[in-house]
Amino acid sequence: MTIDLKTIKHISKLSRISVDEQKAEKLAGDLNSIFEFIEKLNELKTDNVEPLTSVAETTLKFRSDDIKSENIRQQIIKNSPEDNEDFFVVPKVVE
Amino acid sequence: MSNITTQSLTSLVDNIKNKELSSEEVTKAFIDRSEKSKELNSYISEDFSNAIDKARRFDQNPNFDLKLPGIPMAVKDLFCTENVRTTAGSKILENFVPTYESTVTQNIWNEGAILLGKLNCDEFAMGSSNETSYYGNVQNPIDKGLVPGGSSGGSAAAVSGQLTPITIGTDTGGSIRQPASFTGTVGLKPTYGSCSRYGIVAFASSLDQAGPMAQNVKDCALLQEVISTYDKKDSTSIDFKRNEYSKELNKDIRGKKIGIPKEYRVDGMPKEIEDLWQKGIQYAKDCGAEIIDISLPNTSYALPTYYIVAPAEASSNLARYDGVKYGFRAKGENLIDMYEKTRSEGFGAEVQRRIMIGTYVLSSGYYDAYYLKAQKVRKLIKNDFDEAYKQVDAILTPSTPSSAFKIGEKKDDPVSMYLNDIFTVPVNLAGLPGISIPAGHDAAGYPLGLQIIGKAFKEQEILDVAYAMEEKIDFKNKITDWWIK
Repeated sequence: MTIDLKTIKHISKLSRISVDEQKAEKLAGDLNSIFEFIEKLNELKTDNVEPLTSVAETTLKFRSDDIKSENIRQQIIKNSPEDNEDFFVVPKVVE
Repeated sequence: MSNITTQSLTSLVDNIKNKELSSEEVTKAFIDRSEKSKELNSYISEDFSNAIDKARRFDQNPNFDLKLPGIPMAVKDLFCTENVRTTAGSKILENFVPTYESTVTQNIWNEGAILLGKLNCDEFAMGSSNETSYYGNVQNPIDKGLVPGGSSGGSAAAVSGQLTPITIGTDTGGSIRQPASFTGTVGLKPTYGSCSRYGIVAFASSLDQAGPMAQNVKDCALLQEVISTYDKKDSTSIDFKRNEYSKELNKDIRGKKIGIPKEYRVDGMPKEIEDLWQKGIQYAKDCGAEIIDISLPNTSYALPTYYIVAPAEASSNLARYDGVKYGFRAKGENLIDMYEKTRSEGFGAEVQRRIMIGTYVLSSGYYDAYYLKAQKVRKLIKNDFDEAYKQVDAILTPSTPSSAFKIGEKKDDPVSMYLNDIFTVPVNLAGLPGISIPAGHDAAGYPLGLQIIGKAFKEQEILDVAYAMEEKIDFKNKITDWWIK
C-alpha cells in the first residue's frame, strides 16, 4: 500500500492540520515507511480474536450526576487566547 | 552537611526527620545545582523562589509524619500543576497555566514535598530521545551530545544529574523505562489503573501511566507508595489493595520463578545487550530465583500494534487543541482556517505525523484493516503474558536494544527511533507493571538497563526482585559533572 499526496491532503483536512506541498511530500515519505512497518500485522490471522478495548478488566463505574464545581467561569476562560470576559471568541462563523 | 544532592531520597527524608538537615538547606542545594546545570536543559519552567518559601514554611511548622517531609522535587511537564505553567513540551501549550492540580502531583504535595519546577519532555510525550520538545534537546548527564532517552528525558537527566532527589514521569510505550535505562537510573511503570491519569496531559489514554524515576529501588518504592491511589476522577483508576511498597520491600526472592522470553532475542541486538541479559539471569539465580525459559510468541507484532493504537488515541485526544479554549492560536481567515493554521504552527513534526497516522487508521474504510486489527493483535499479546504468568512470577528482559545514542543520530528516521521501545511497548499494551534497573555499562561506559515485568497489580513483586538484584549488581553511575563549569 502507498499513501499518495491526495491521501495526505485528505488526512490533513480530516485532522485540521494545514499542509503545503513540501510538507505533504515529506509526510507521504514518512507515513509510507511507517505503514510498511505496520503492514507486518497482516501476517497474523485474527478472524476469531476478540478485540481488546481496555486492559482494565472492570466495567466502568457509574456516578451520580452532581454539580461539583460552581462559579468557575473565570477559571475556564482564563487560558483562552481570546475572550470577552464571559465567552470564548472565535472568527466570525455566521454572516 | 556537604553533598546533599548526592544523597538518596530515603536518606534525605531521614536527615530531615532527624533534624540533621532543614528543608530549606536541601531545597537550596538542589536549586543551586540546578542553576549550575542549565546546559543539561532539564527544566522547562523553574519555580525556585516559591520552592524556597515553601521550604521555610515547612521548617517553621514541620510535620515529620509525612512520607516526603520538605523534600524538593521537580516533575515532568506533562502533569498539570495549579498556577504553574504546564507545556507538555509543546508550543501549543506555551502559555497554559492550569487552574487545577493533577491527582498524582497533589498526592506528592500532600506528603510534604515541594515543587522545584517542570521538567523537559518530548512534545506530548511522543518521542524516545527528548528531541521532539519545542523547548530543545536535553543533554544526558552521562556524556555531552548524548540523548537522555524519552519521552521523560528531562526527568531522567534531572535524577541522574542530581538536580532533583527523585521525580515522576509518564510511560505510554517506554517513556519512563527507556530514559531510566539511558541514564543509569531506576524507573517504574505501574500497572494500568494504579496511578490516576487525572490532570496528566493525555497522549494515548489506554496506555498512559505515571510512575516514579529514582536513584535506587527503595526510593522508587517510596514514591510509588505516595502516587498510587484510587481516584474517582479517573474512570479507569482501579480500586485494589495497594502495598506500602517501601516498608514491605523484601530482598528474599528465593524460589521466585523468573521467565526469560526467547522472542526478546531480536535480530541485530548488540552482543553487549545479550551479555548484559545473561549477567542479569546469573544475578537472579544468585538471588535464589528459578529461571524458566518462556515464549511470548507475538512479541514482534507489539510495535506495529502500538503504532496504530497510540496514534489513533492521540489523534482523538489532541483534537481539543483548536486555538479556542486554551493554548496557542494562529490568525486565520475563518474558523476552519484558524484551526488548521493553529494546529500546523502549534504542533511539531512528530506530533503532526502521529495525528495523521491516527486519523488515517480511524478514517472511513480503514478502521477495520488497521484499528480493529491492532486491537485484536493487542488481545493476542496480552494472552501471551497471561499464558506465561501461569508458569512464572516475573519476566526478565533487557530494557532497551542499545545504550543511549547521539543527539541527531535517529532524528530523521521515525521507524529506527520507534525500535527503541521494542522491549517496553508490549508491557503497556498488556497493561502490566515494569521496572528498569541499571545493570551495567557498554564499551563506551554508557549505562544499560534490565527490565523486570510483573503480573498486573504486583508492583511489590517486581520491586522485590529489583531490590534483590540491585544489591548483587552494585551498579555505580559514572557522572563526571562535565556540564558544570
